[in-house]
Amino acid sequence: MAEASEARIEEISMSEWDGGSLPYSVGHKKLGMWLFILSDSLTFSGLLIGYSYVRVASPNWPTPFHLWPTIAMASLMTFCLLSSSLTMVLGVNAANRGDRRAAVRWILCTLLGGLAFIVLHANEWRGLISEGVTLFRNPWGTPLFGATFFGLTGMHMFHVATGVLYLGAMAIGVSKNRFGPDHVEVCGLYWHFVDLVWMFIFPLVYLLSVNRH
Amino acid sequence: MVSHSEKHGNTILGNRLVLGVWVWLLGLTGLEVFLAYERLPLRLMLALLMGISVIKAALIMAYFMHLRFEKRSLVLTLVPTLIIVASLLTVFFPDSFRLLNMRPH
Repeated sequence: MAEASEARIEEISMSEWDGGSLPYSVGHKKLGMWLFILSDSLTFSGLLIGYSYVRVASPNWPTPFHLWPTIAMASLMTFCLLSSSLTMVLGVNAANRGDRRAAVRWILCTLLGGLAFIVLHANEWRGLISEGVTLFRNPWGTPLFGATFFGLTGMHMFHVATGVLYLGAMAIGVSKNRFGPDHVEVCGLYWHFVDLVWMFIFPLVYLLSVNRH
Repeated sequence: MVSHSEKHGNTILGNRLVLGVWVWLLGLTGLEVFLAYERLPLRLMLALLMGISVIKAALIMAYFMHLRFEKRSLVLTLVPTLIIVASLLTVFFPDSFRLLNMRPH
């Protein structure tokens, strides 16, 4: 019995690089989400670098975005996502304190931020499509502009929409005491990742295509 | 600023710290929008905007995603992997400059 305990203590106290029993010291859900985020980051990296490639290689890349409405609206969308990340952190904190009502309230605030982002983004897409921008054509220059713009922002909006559904399911689950603080934290990781990706899309896609005239 | 939940053993960030990070993120976004309207060469603009974006991403990962408070082994597994693979993807970039210069003027 004593030998087994000693072996267990030795296993736990081993350095993580020597194969200690909890090398990352996180639960399997959280580790799984981190690995998903890592793989999804590479998907977005591929898309962003592909976009940058054609952006640099095209001498007549369109710069159609005026301060009003596009850049102002895109900045407002950034504000919505950053603020929703803030409310998500507060939701995770509340869940960790065991305050379920506050956690649900903050998760719903986060969900509203995500919905506001989707509405603003869909409105922007509608405006661009009405100006004649499609996947393979636009009135201003290099035809690839539409494909890269809709491809990148569409992929991101798909992630936001998935996140909104995830947050809705989380709010219901927490309110019914089916999900605990670990679930909320993992959901928060996904939501912050969606926010993080936008921090690269906003400057690359919008700010590098501003019209200064 | 940072405490650990006794009930669940998870990290709880103080409200002041979280609000501070949020204000920094908003401020850096404002700086990016300001820079976009400065008449800078494209490559310098790209470098500045990407530099600020990396700082913003680091703030989000460190504080909002709690990576700063996780075990170092997790950080050392995730972050270098991402940086190395994303950097390797940029191996195609010289070809984009070649294409640009090959075009007839």
